[in-house]
Amino acid sequence: MTDDVIDIEEFATQARTWLAGHMPPAPRVSGSFVLTSTNPPEELQLARFDKCRELQRRLFDGGYAGITVPQQYGGQGLTPAHQAAFNRELVGYDYPAEIQASTFIPCLALLLEFGTEEQKQRHIHAILRGEEIWVQLLSEPGGGSDTAGAVTSAVRDGARWVINGSKMWTTDARYGDWAMCLARTNWDVEKHRGLSVFSFPLTTPGVDIRPIELVNGSTEFCQEFLTDVVVDDRDRVGEIDAGWDVVTRWLYHERTISGGSPYVTGRGNRPHDGPYDATEMIATARELGTLTDPLTRALIGEAHTLSLVMKALAESVTKKMAVGALPAHAAAMMRLFSGTMNIRRAAIGLEMAGSRAAAWQVGDDTFAQLGSGYLIRQVSCIGGGTTEMARNVISERLLGMPREHRNDAGPFRDVPRSPQAATTR
Amino acid sequence: MFALTADQELLEKTTARYLDSKYPSDHVRDLARMRSPFNPEEWQQGAALGWTSLLVPESAGGGSVSGNGLLDLLTVAYQFGRHAAPGPLIPTNVVAATLTRWGSDDQQREPLSGLIDGSATAAWCAPQRIDDSRRRCSDVGAQTSGAEIVLSGKLSPVEGAGDASLLLVPVTEPQGRSYVLVPLPAKGVQLAPLASVDLTRRFHEVTLRDVRLPVSARVGQAGAGDSYDETMFDVLATLRAAELVGALQRCFDMTLQWARDRYSFGRPLASYQAIKHRMADMRTALEASAAITLRAARAFGDSSPDASVWCSAAVAYVGRVVPEAIQDCIQLHGGIGLTAEHDLHLFLRRAVVDTHLGGSPADMTQRVVQLLEKAQGARR
Repeated sequence: MTDDVIDIEEFATQARTWLAGHMPPAPRVSGSFVLTSTNPPEELQLARFDKCRELQRRLFDGGYAGITVPQQYGGQGLTPAHQAAFNRELVGYDYPAEIQASTFIPCLALLLEFGTEEQKQRHIHAILRGEEIWVQLLSEPGGGSDTAGAVTSAVRDGARWVINGSKMWTTDARYGDWAMCLARTNWDVEKHRGLSVFSFPLTTPGVDIRPIELVNGSTEFCQEFLTDVVVDDRDRVGEIDAGWDVVTRWLYHERTISGGSPYVTGRGNRPHDGPYDATEMIATARELGTLTDPLTRALIGEAHTLSLVMKALAESVTKKMAVGALPAHAAAMMRLFSGTMNIRRAAIGLEMAGSRAAAWQVGDDTFAQLGSGYLIRQVSCIGGGTTEMARNVISERLLGMPREHRNDAGPFRDVPRSPQAATTR
Repeated sequence: MFALTADQELLEKTTARYLDSKYPSDHVRDLARMRSPFNPEEWQQGAALGWTSLLVPESAGGGSVSGNGLLDLLTVAYQFGRHAAPGPLIPTNVVAATLTRWGSDDQQREPLSGLIDGSATAAWCAPQRIDDSRRRCSDVGAQTSGAEIVLSGKLSPVEGAGDASLLLVPVTEPQGRSYVLVPLPAKGVQLAPLASVDLTRRFHEVTLRDVRLPVSARVGQAGAGDSYDETMFDVLATLRAAELVGALQRCFDMTLQWARDRYSFGRPLASYQAIKHRMADMRTALEASAAITLRAARAFGDSSPDASVWCSAAVAYVGRVVPEAIQDCIQLHGGIGLTAEHDLHLFLRRAVVDTHLGGSPADMTQRVVQLLEKAQGARR
């Protein structure tokens, strides 16, 4: 780091002034996170993504986009501490929350780490200006947590690749421009060694995107059917058959959404805790007339305590990872804690609201969110890698306990698979 | 776990080394059979390592190694928890911090310097007034008559009162709640030993009958006790949490080693996913407990407006998860974990006391909400 890097305090002061003049205040309820979603119609969703592009452009014009991204790619070349300072100043303002995951992490982060110079020049600027929203085509219908078991195939055809298969659980794929996609390029080697990563525009012929309806009515996630999708070899990210190197970092960046990524603006893609925020819970209890009830107060106190612990844990683990006191796998502890915290808060919210969250007046968003938030609550222990996988990572990688027995060590072609993933090419 | 600077690391290492040599677990178990496990000589050696001076400013003979004495003291409290070490670490430091902040010039001389150099220790009974109707542990009235203040009432349980030369008593006066510093032994003060789960700390019921002291024995202003409590609770809560983290750390390490060494059905316990997942949960609870405790101490040192929320949340969380995690360590050990011969119970005992003395996790959870409401009211 050179000596002429702007002092963090000074940077924060400038940011404070700039934000006051250039960014709109945070909308009171704009929960995009499925747990608190009230499922706005598609036109509104689309409008929100256009708004995200515009807000991103404002950040770029103000010199606050890509704070830790090198200057030659349009970033500011500053430190994670500067990004953290900016994020603190950003509280209370609207910002492009919905595109932090997947555009910035993992996609921008992976392009910086694995992209060719040409790819970086082409995409990083565009992302920072809000002109490219990226989505991640990683999971497949045949297996969620077993990422390396991907059966979407890419077959080489001269300077091009032809991709066939299906991807699932893509957040907001309908509003994206470009995709980062994992595919199998070699079926005759061990499964981790036959994968490659590609990028392509979502408008490429053969890409069919269909929303998935969840139990709370959310259509945020999509499934994609890829039929003879042609990708130029120049859009391959990382080496052929070395896609697992990319995926390892992909999963790492994905876990940092709960805190600690140098590429995330604001508090990731969760702008606030919706009805689970302590202020909101107190307001809800007041409305219900239960604010003086000690049991209700115990629930509110527990929910708030858990969110403070989450905050402290993210800060502390991130710092320890940065100085090498904990390995990168320690991020799995944040993932596990945020999962278990969110399911507990969903239970607390329901218990506090009682019958009002079981049946509510049409338009009563708080109770709608508390009721349907409970129905969908396991999403926080499933999405982004299950908490079971996080427990494996912690016990095996952090604590050095023996690895699970596997039955997939031979050539991938011969590995037993679920019927949905039976496609062998 | 808590050391952030080289100086804090040194403080923690010397403390750990000293406690390792003085309090191996066999000796800790022996202490249980003694009338008092407190050893004045060893305490003074600990004081020389810095155990008692961190919350006192340099001008009064103390000093922090980082500028945030509470953050420094976490490293000591953590090691006390890891060793289930005897010695009135928490009450002595809370009383020292109180005298530093609100004590008269006289109180900042002799009594305080004795606490700092380890020649004296202090006892304190936290007033549990989170919810006044529940579990009051202090009920002492005070009346001034001329130049004297006269105390009568009961305190229970009081840690380390049998060895302390100073007792800080919360009292109710006509003006409100106050604090009075009682030098021990004193005429009219009776100590009745209590039975306790903790083997290395002793607790007493303290009865005061017309204990007459000069009014200068009052600490700070008459009637200002409630506002002093807020600060004392924060210090107390954070130190309790740090000891709890240390206790869990020790049990966690023992259990991980046990899981590796113990075989059943031809496999080490550590190879079973059911056990791996519980160790992962426990490791996460340990990290989260340390994180909230550290964050609380930092907020306190920075005098953040929300410091009390962080400190209360520390006990509300750590006090709930640590004893449960230690019980899980016992479960993973199987029958041996239930025996007096195994060390695990030493730390469970320490954890039970740290969790409940001075405001339970449930009390602290209520305090979180009270403080949130107060902050919201202030913002309106």
